[in-house]
Amino acid sequence: MQSTQQKHTPVSANAIELTGIAKQFPGVVANDSINLSVAEGEIHAICGENGAGKSTLMKILYGMLAPDEGTIRVNGEKAVLNSPTDAIALGIGMVHQHFMLADHLTVLENVIIGAEPMRSLGRIDFTAGRDHFRKISKAYGLDVEPDDFVDDLDIGQRQRVEIIKVLYRGANILILDEPTAVLVPQEVEELFQNIRELKAAGCTVLFIAHKLNEILEIADVITVLRQARLVGTVTPSEVTAKELAEMMIGPKFSTQRPILRSVVGKAEPRNTAAALPVESGETVLGGENGPLDGNERLHRRRVEGGETVLTVENLRLVDESRVVVDSVNLTVHRGEIVGIAGVEGNGQSELIEAILGTRQIASGGIFLLDQNITHTSVRHRREAGLGCIPQDRHREGLLLSSPLWENTALGHQTEAPYSKWKLLSPTNMRSRAQEVCKKFDVRSSGVDNTAHVLSGGNQQKLIVGREMIAEPEMLIAAHPTRGIDVGAQSAVWNEILKAKSWGLATLLVSADLEELIGLSDMLLVMLRGRFVARLNPARLTSRELGAYMTGAAIHAKSNC
Amino acid sequence: MLTASAPLGAVGLAVAFSSLVLIISGSNPIEAYRDMLGHAGKLEVQVDILNRVTPLYLSGIAASIGFRVNLFNIGVEGQYILAFLVAAHVGSLLTLPPVLHVTLILLVAMTVGAALSGLAGVLKVIRGVHEVISTIMLNAIAISGLVAWLVVEWQADGGTRRTGGRVGTEPIADSGLLPDLNGFLEMFTRDLGQGRQLESMLLIAVAVGVIYHFLVNRTVFGFDLRAAGVNPTAAHVGGVPPKRTIVTAMLISGGVAGLVGMPELMSTGYFPSNPVLNLGFTGIAVALLGRNHTVGMFFGALIFAFLDKSSSILQITSSATREIVVIMQGLIVLAVVVAYQVVAQIRKRQEAAMAMLNQLT
Repeated sequence: MQSTQQKHTPVSANAIELTGIAKQFPGVVANDSINLSVAEGEIHAICGENGAGKSTLMKILYGMLAPDEGTIRVNGEKAVLNSPTDAIALGIGMVHQHFMLADHLTVLENVIIGAEPMRSLGRIDFTAGRDHFRKISKAYGLDVEPDDFVDDLDIGQRQRVEIIKVLYRGANILILDEPTAVLVPQEVEELFQNIRELKAAGCTVLFIAHKLNEILEIADVITVLRQARLVGTVTPSEVTAKELAEMMIGPKFSTQRPILRSVVGKAEPRNTAAALPVESGETVLGGENGPLDGNERLHRRRVEGGETVLTVENLRLVDESRVVVDSVNLTVHRGEIVGIAGVEGNGQSELIEAILGTRQIASGGIFLLDQNITHTSVRHRREAGLGCIPQDRHREGLLLSSPLWENTALGHQTEAPYSKWKLLSPTNMRSRAQEVCKKFDVRSSGVDNTAHVLSGGNQQKLIVGREMIAEPEMLIAAHPTRGIDVGAQSAVWNEILKAKSWGLATLLVSADLEELIGLSDMLLVMLRGRFVARLNPARLTSRELGAYMTGAAIHAKSNC
Repeated sequence: MLTASAPLGAVGLAVAFSSLVLIISGSNPIEAYRDMLGHAGKLEVQVDILNRVTPLYLSGIAASIGFRVNLFNIGVEGQYILAFLVAAHVGSLLTLPPVLHVTLILLVAMTVGAALSGLAGVLKVIRGVHEVISTIMLNAIAISGLVAWLVVEWQADGGTRRTGGRVGTEPIADSGLLPDLNGFLEMFTRDLGQGRQLESMLLIAVAVGVIYHFLVNRTVFGFDLRAAGVNPTAAHVGGVPPKRTIVTAMLISGGVAGLVGMPELMSTGYFPSNPVLNLGFTGIAVALLGRNHTVGMFFGALIFAFLDKSSSILQITSSATREIVVIMQGLIVLAVVVAYQVVAQIRKRQEAAMAMLNQLT
């Protein structure tokens, strides 16, 4: 990949100099030969989609992860960082996205904890600590009262405490991990003011973010990562938000996905790699799949006047006094796939949690067929025909240490054939599990295996299978193919389309733009908790969709 | 089998370490063990052991219901003692036909236990109070507070009436007591010595064990319980109501805990001023040793009861001090934790190997 460094300043002037950093996790390349220079006193934004490798890179810089390859130089000196302690010793501090503060201690106590100034006889010198605290707070314009309890602070103040904590330990290079993700707009303004003062005082700031307008506002230099690689380093004056969005999302069409097209049978929209060969093994899927017959894109044939299965009315969700979803209206019809696109953290997860019933709603209504399910339990919703492929299969989908035959029953344990009169039928559970494994091609040596033993793709097929075999009315599919191999991916797509053909209503949330465009009949774009665009996937490229998602190309189409 | 090897290995390890302790303290371990096993060979001692198995087994089941859903009910101790006292008092107030009277007493005991632990469950669900904290607090309230006060309040005639000067609550009428199993036992063995009964609560405990097994493995509730224990988030997404499951588990756990004092009450008929203590805490060890499994916990209870009861001989033969069994019990618990960890590691490695194979195919 080209790395368009603007000007190669001499090594000594750079606060941070990363060369050839590479990091692999089992099955995933997180960082691939990344070169990054950050000049002293610079505000340097690192941006990219989720999974682009930003966090991994920052963790390497903070000593939380060791790189497989590459060197790190701090202030021109080669550094080996085995732990955050080493990083702190070199003046690197990190403010995590999730604050690490003790609520029932004061601000001062939180700041000095682990680095307490001591008096004789092992007593803590609070006076010295407070003086030093005030000096920092004044020098950098970080306004917090040292003797307040953290419990009483708002989010913005807590963040300032975290920053002071880092400065107190002598850091002059600060890594801020998505600092704006938890803030409301006014707080973002205050944070930016703080960051500018830090810069004025000579600190170097590394700023991880994916909100384009914020990046363009605050950064001196922007580095964009995509799929573990560095795609470019630019200054805000050189790029527009739209160009930046394109750098982040990239020409995905050209490289990865012949399969989705073969499953969906959709013509490649405009340019790029329409000519890419489809490998022979991967086209097999089309054979038995009804919707693929002929040239007609049958799957797009919206069941006209189809019965409304799911209705969400004026939904508002609040998370610790922060509005995360607001005025959301949504309908999904029988045989329809509605896709929700959006950069992660814009309210999609919260929305599906509310529909599933695991999250309390602030106001609004949710209806499944003719039932008002706004305030009913998850179990009631499931029994009423709501299926769910959760976004994180390990955390939300599986009992990893339990056998497969218990996993296939999870979510449906109250229903036939798994149980009757509240009594389980292990025989039926086992035979149903065997059926799921057979029908949905879950490869394992038997249903007594634990879910742990399966590969990611097979785990996902198991989840898809158990939901589909229950013949739901409505399916929530959250990132249904995230992190699984291409074979399993096309199997999952195939199942979703097959279910659609027998009339399943599906709500698809995904970060995979091509998946969204390829599967959905209608696309809604979510930004800061609201639907900001309603798009026809038949006339859309992922590049255009990406621009909508980052808010760079909102023509403010009305709410739907 | 890997599953059985862990507890057996743990006991073996504990015996080895105990021998070391015995040698260091200047005793002959082989002699001490021989004395204990020889003592346990006597019918009377065996009856004593079984009578101790009963409350320990119930206590183990009570703890294990919590463990199934990752709840640590440390309050079994307070729950059973308070339940014991209240049931003794209520039972002494009235006379009913035999079966009804016994049933009433058992129900009162279960209700008191369930109420106390249910309180901890509710506190956890609505206020987020960790159940370890609340049950420890409730233990103090129940034992040092309520029981200490009520035992005086409900004391029978200054407690001088009974032989041996034992002080306690008003005795329950015979209709409220369970007959012993001596007649049944003596059909197979010789006559038991005087003043020694095989208590019939043993049968009720076994029944509770069977019901526990059925509840956990064969009902939707049991599935919910286990699912929430293995992965609470996935269980919630799978429709398991998290709060209700916690409260119900605590109620059942406390209900069973309420029965722990019943073997004593059902045979003596009153709450003494010095009831057997620590059965609740030992129950945690029993559940740990038995892997929350119905049969496993029975063996766990048997081992602890054996150590408790066979050690009295050591005072007489003076081949070792009696306190060695406390050390052994401690060592067993420690060894069990280590052994299960080792087995878990081995299993993880096997699974990793399996997973690799599955990836390849």
